[in-house]
Amino acid sequence: MELSGAEIVIRCLQEENVKYVFGYPGGAVLNIYDEIFKQDKFKHILVRHEQAAVHAADAYSRATGQVGVALVTSGPGATNAITGIATAHMDSIPMVIISGQAPTPAIGLDAFQEVDMIGISRPCVKHNFLVKDVKDIAPTIKKAFFIAATGRPGPVVVDIPKDITAHLGHYEYPKSVEMRSYTPILKGHSGQIKKAIKLMLEAKRPMLYTGGGVVLGDAADQLIKLAHRLGFPVTNTLMGLGGYPATDKQFVGMLGMHGTLEANMAMQNCDVLVAVGARFDDRVIGNPQHFYNKDRTIVHIDVDPSSISKRVKVDVPIVGHVQSVLAEMNELLDAETRTPDAAALKAWWTQIEEWRGRNCLTYNRNSEIIKPQFVIEKLWEVTKGDAYVTSDVGQHQMWAAQYYKFDKPRRWINSGGLGTMGVGLPYAMGVQFADPSAKVACVTGEGSIQMNIQELSTCKQFHLPIKVVLLNNRYLGMVRQWQQFFYENRYSESYMDSLPDFVKLAESYGHVGMNIEKPADVEGALTEAFNLTDRFVFMNFITDQNENVFPMVPNGKGLSEIILAEDL
Amino acid sequence: MKHIISILMENEAGALSRVAGLFSARAYNIESLTVAPTEDATLSRMTIVTSGSDDVIEQIIKQLNKLIDVVKVLDLNDGRFIERELMLVKVKATGSFRDEMKRMCDIFRGRIIDVADGSYTIELTGSGSKLDAFLEALDKAVILETVRTGASGIGRGDRILKL
Ligand SMILES: Cc1ncc(C[n+]2csc(CCOP(=O)(O)OP(=O)(O)O)c2C)c(N)n1
Repeated sequence: MELSGAEIVIRCLQEENVKYVFGYPGGAVLNIYDEIFKQDKFKHILVRHEQAAVHAADAYSRATGQVGVALVTSGPGATNAITGIATAHMDSIPMVIISGQAPTPAIGLDAFQEVDMIGISRPCVKHNFLVKDVKDIAPTIKKAFFIAATGRPGPVVVDIPKDITAHLGHYEYPKSVEMRSYTPILKGHSGQIKKAIKLMLEAKRPMLYTGGGVVLGDAADQLIKLAHRLGFPVTNTLMGLGGYPATDKQFVGMLGMHGTLEANMAMQNCDVLVAVGARFDDRVIGNPQHFYNKDRTIVHIDVDPSSISKRVKVDVPIVGHVQSVLAEMNELLDAETRTPDAAALKAWWTQIEEWRGRNCLTYNRNSEIIKPQFVIEKLWEVTKGDAYVTSDVGQHQMWAAQYYKFDKPRRWINSGGLGTMGVGLPYAMGVQFADPSAKVACVTGEGSIQMNIQELSTCKQFHLPIKVVLLNNRYLGMVRQWQQFFYENRYSESYMDSLPDFVKLAESYGHVGMNIEKPADVEGALTEAFNLTDRFVFMNFITDQNENVFPMVPNGKGLSEIILAEDL
Repeated sequence: MKHIISILMENEAGALSRVAGLFSARAYNIESLTVAPTEDATLSRMTIVTSGSDDVIEQIIKQLNKLIDVVKVLDLNDGRFIERELMLVKVKATGSFRDEMKRMCDIFRGRIIDVADGSYTIELTGSGSKLDAFLEALDKAVILETVRTGASGIGRGDRILKL
């Protein structure tokens, strides 16, 4: 069958069962947009900025596990997409980004809207392709989806020059992909798995530390089974929240820079640490030298060999898909006669409960001013813990992570690795498309929300009933907090002046806006907002300007050098 | 420690920049890098000379393996191997120096491949350290120009890097 390059692109996306393409048109992709116009198998979502297209597609993937798809034009369209691509890359999100490119004969001649997308995106993609012939479009897109979704997932860019989308070529979608240079490992090494089981059964102070890999690898069920059988404490990274139910009594909270005392202390003092789909990054373990503990043995399960022994030396590495490895562990334990050391475990839990008893997440509940933590607690209550929560980056992100108890995976959607302000609203859009009837809350700050505020318009066009929870402290709060602690209160450029009237702004887009200034009004406002099931509601909570995020492990310190609110 | 790493990769546009980009992005050393197609035109073989602690070298190998275009990676220092590099040196050769240069060249088993009025161009192959030794043996003032290819390496005996 002879088709134009643009038609081939559309056919390929249909073959991949793509439901939504988030994008923005322009010269280099006009042929593709013309074909989009003529089809109705997938829906194109017109955003207001390409960065938002990539974020929305990224969130669609985080919520569903499917590959997210974005389409942008060449030059400025491509460069606008880069922040979104880098964000997805840092969090290992499977995506395919199709970018237009100047026509082949013009490449390299500083053509209009030409930018070397392959070069610019190279350090922040899993892989990228420049398509140079119409016959390569289908095999390339097939490979792109395969690479994005398998192994350690990630974004793949397919850059297509305009003339290629006009050329005619034979079309056949490949049934399968065979790549001699890319064969992701699935099953873990059995010998290593057995070694790990032995260590776990002999442990006196065991600990399960799990990350985004459990969420991305759909391994939550296996993790719960394993943890319940062994009775071990479980902590999640920021990216791993929801991978283990937060309301389960074995859950000791998030760990890391703003993790709980109990999670960080258990992490530091355990004798057998089982890391699952997590990567010991600097926000999680702090300084590796301080983290080091000679009495601790580390088992590390990860699909990416390069994540193992990168920052921390590991004793038992297991390379494999986390779901497959945990399932194999559960099977082995089914057949196992040995059991964990009950007496030791009891003593370990007594110690953990003592740390837990310090209630490191307490805050002033009698405040006259709205405390941000209180808003998140109420959000959890009002949504019965069942909402999707997207977040921007800053203090509000940490409070959302600490106080919203996520019981299911893929419900907590945030930029962990890159820490990209501005993701919150486009993330909420992607999630709402993925699950149209779901409750979706976007927890944000007045700094972050203004980085992609133009998307209020997209939300209007597509009637997205998102609920924005703005914790408005008139500060770039996280910056202010660091300046307070480490720069002697010199608040350099961290005050947010000249804020818009958010209620009027929301209303100008036809949305509902609310100002909430008193703690007593918080629950009512949230209830009212979520009862407006078909409306976009923008809640502007005027919160305590001076509130800080605790606990806090200062940058470069070890986990046990944690500062609690009560210490100050 | 110095390591010589051999890489078989798809002979695709951009593959070289992915490897070079990886080294610069992660601040790994590159002492030299050579690349050319193999007898199978779909594959290129690259040799990288780098240095670092064992942990760094382990990460380099893992990160290289992670590149989608990379088919196989071998750290030649994991076993016995041969290293060769080609160097061309242009030296001043006037008067009594002409004989002296010829002698030096013979000692190092080099070849004079271009003779001009005031200069010789010498071709020399060997390990990097042999080439270094040759340059050290020369009086700095006589060296007009040098160009080196960077090392190529291959495992000894049945250590074979092939698909
Ligand atoms: C794009 C981008 N620019 C800068 C930063 C650095 N940064 C991290 S948190 C933060 C402040 C965020 O302020 P706001 O959105 O108001 O949230 P708050 O911390 O007050 O809750 C800044 C500027 C970032 N993470 N992302």
